[in-house]
Amino acid sequence: MRARQWIITAAAGVGGFAVVALALTLVIAPRQLAETTGVASIGGPFTLVDDTGKTVTDKTLFGKPYAIYFGYTYCPDVCPTTLFDLTRWIKELGPDADKMNYVFVTVDPGRDTPKLMHEYLASFDHRIRGFTGTPAQIAKIAKDYRVYYKKIPTSDGSYLMDHSAMIYLMTADERFDTIIPYQEKDSTAVAKLRKLAETTPTS
Amino acid sequence: MRFLSKLAMMAILTAVAPAAFAQGGGPSTITVEQPWASATPAGAMTGAVYMTLANKAKDADRLTAASSDVASKVQIHEMAVVNGIMTMRQLVNGLAIPAGGSVTLKPGGYHVMLIGLKKQLVMGQSLPLTLTFAKAGTISITVPIKAIGASQGGMSGMGDKKSGGGMDKMEMK
Repeated sequence: MRARQWIITAAAGVGGFAVVALALTLVIAPRQLAETTGVASIGGPFTLVDDTGKTVTDKTLFGKPYAIYFGYTYCPDVCPTTLFDLTRWIKELGPDADKMNYVFVTVDPGRDTPKLMHEYLASFDHRIRGFTGTPAQIAKIAKDYRVYYKKIPTSDGSYLMDHSAMIYLMTADERFDTIIPYQEKDSTAVAKLRKLAETTPTS
Repeated sequence: MRFLSKLAMMAILTAVAPAAFAQGGGPSTITVEQPWASATPAGAMTGAVYMTLANKAKDADRLTAASSDVASKVQIHEMAVVNGIMTMRQLVNGLAIPAGGSVTLKPGGYHVMLIGLKKQLVMGQSLPLTLTFAKAGTISITVPIKAIGASQGGMSGMGDKKSGGGMDKMEMK
């Protein structure tokens, strides 16, 4: 009897622990992913093509911290707003701005050719580079950066994209630093960028 | 003197008339308030138009379609950013406007999406837009184009979030 009671208690304990652990994981994990430094594994090697048609890899960005944003030019609202926000923040950074790289990666390689991205990005700070690639290349970088994106068909046979709407800030050695969420306050965003820019190794 | 005041009057009338038409839509039960579109980056194939639709009628109405000379297609969309993910959906059945109430189309929410832009939307210019309602019929308006990311278009802010990201109204120190 004793043993049985013990087993029941233990089972209840384990079960309870599992529930709590699951709850904690669900609540805390996304926050950790978003806010802690260098813990989450975000990022990885990639090969893509930039908006001038040149092949680029993660090593292209190596040596400077970088801000990387995933979106698409067909996006009427969030993407141009975010790129315009970033343009304003880069301006506010002043000389510190050159200590970083800035990248806009499309999640819509079917429509976003290097040429179109180049034309599109001309409306923003010239330091923001556009990266596109094959669907497989985009799928890999999106997976490595834990970016969600999904094609949503529209009634006219076309499609929209759902996608993660935050800017990832990465260190000079390609480790995750933090994110800038959609509609971040200017002062907070600039502070995050400046803090990271100041870590740039001086050569 | 007389000529001058007449001229001034004419100028006022020509300035006011299209605006009145745009805002009031004649005897319609629907009024379109503060329409604006965001300027677009070069090469962009899409744009968004925002506004407040007020319904004075005793019955609910519905924005069912829209069209514009500047776009090959116009759709009514709802977008949202939840947990960092932007989702956008076409409102195939249109957008309901409650009886005696209003609906505001704004960044981060509902918008009229211009698809297949025939020209870049340039700040300071305007575009024509025709809205079709299930009951109120059609209303044609002229939509002023504001800065990219003008956000609320100069209207009330979004709580703690910044009220505007437009280049024309920086809020940094």
